[in-house]
Amino acid sequence: MALTFGVSYGQQYFSRTGTVSFFASTPLEDIKADNNQVYVVIDVEKKQLAFSSLLKGFIFPKELMQEHFNENYVESDKYPKATFMGTFSGDVNIHKEGSYVIQVKGQLALHNVAKTVEVPATLEVKGGALVAVAQFMVKPEDFQITIPSVVRNKIAKEVTIKVNANCIAK
Amino acid sequence: MSISLMAWGLRLSAQENLLKLLNDSADASPTFRHVTGTFKAERIVNLQTVEAPAGGDLNFVIQHRFGQLNSGGYNFFGLDNATLRLGLDYGISDRLTVGVGRSTVDKTFDGYLKYRLLTQTDGSGHLPVTVTGFGSVSYYTQRYPDKSYLDATYRTAYVGQLLIARKFSRIFSAELAPTWLHYNLVPTTDDRNDEFAVSAGGRLKITRRMSINLEYNYLLPNQVQSEKVRNSFSVGWDIETGGHVFQLVVTNSQGLIESQYIGRTNGNWGDGGIYFGFNISRNFTVGKRTQHKASNNK
Repeated sequence: MALTFGVSYGQQYFSRTGTVSFFASTPLEDIKADNNQVYVVIDVEKKQLAFSSLLKGFIFPKELMQEHFNENYVESDKYPKATFMGTFSGDVNIHKEGSYVIQVKGQLALHNVAKTVEVPATLEVKGGALVAVAQFMVKPEDFQITIPSVVRNKIAKEVTIKVNANCIAK
Repeated sequence: MSISLMAWGLRLSAQENLLKLLNDSADASPTFRHVTGTFKAERIVNLQTVEAPAGGDLNFVIQHRFGQLNSGGYNFFGLDNATLRLGLDYGISDRLTVGVGRSTVDKTFDGYLKYRLLTQTDGSGHLPVTVTGFGSVSYYTQRYPDKSYLDATYRTAYVGQLLIARKFSRIFSAELAPTWLHYNLVPTTDDRNDEFAVSAGGRLKITRRMSINLEYNYLLPNQVQSEKVRNSFSVGWDIETGGHVFQLVVTNSQGLIESQYIGRTNGNWGDGGIYFGFNISRNFTVGKRTQHKASNNK
């Protein structure tokens, strides 16, 4: 049964262990965090993809920073998730191993604000899996994340987001 | 899991459903997470909270109290006088803290251990409270030439506390703390060497980085006869900026350690026998983070 559906919907790829990292370091403070529990689905046929992550899953080297991130910046008790859903352009042949450059466009939702982002990414077909890699920048202010003036110089104006997800067909 | 994903896959038609699929999948998997940030600082005002420095973190704490408000204009309403406690709290692990301090009152040294026994969680595997054990020893070095019998044993006191706290919501947390105090020496035979108290406190966040705190330490009656002692009641205002927490406080206790503020508070709110002061806490990361709090996925 699974096989039958697998054929008709065989171009959906999933991961529950995708990684999203962000970097907001300045010379004054080293700020970075990783989330290794990001849910990812990529539909190669429909050229759609979605990401979903719990903000509490972001692990910081400094515990206090992690607490401040959750309590004061993204307010994860109120808005627990960061999500992305969108479409991509560019051809991907899942039957042929190799790296495919795509252009992703969609809505990044965080802190109760959804913003359209458009980023280049690569999809790599490798051993039956689909590895999605992307890197882009966002501004905290675009998501109504306010940074008090006393710490403004310690946090980068633009935050670099790196995505890496190894998705397998279901 | 894969079957349910498959079933959902059949109904996918738009991007929204793709995201819904992910969210349903995430909600279906059993996860629990430790509740963090029950309080901002390690003290509500004087009372220990369940908060502790993370493993490898060092907190430097300055607790400062001016003199009594009712000491008159000559003493600039207490501002002429100051007592303080300087303290260092180090996280041996995320659960175990060791602290040392030195207070002006009676020139007292104190040392403590604090261990988090249970951690409040949300999600599945729900545990409603955080419970921390606290034990401390204090030793005062103030010289009393007329009391030559005061040896090291007599100058020592012990404290045991169970700190039970719950973060009810983003803005409201409360704590209850049954307390045992032991003084090796008390002034008269009518006074108890072992005293029991129940402390309670809470915080209400007024902004993301500020909260109003209340604390009441109820000393069970008839334990101290030789002097008039009162229950310690304190109000605080927390202001957090990055690695600092500032707390502006008003309290009827001058002492800053349990054997002083729970068992020996003299100030009376009714006649202005209260102390204005502040706590400043600064966090330093000196070691590697020992464990990752948020990675407790089942």
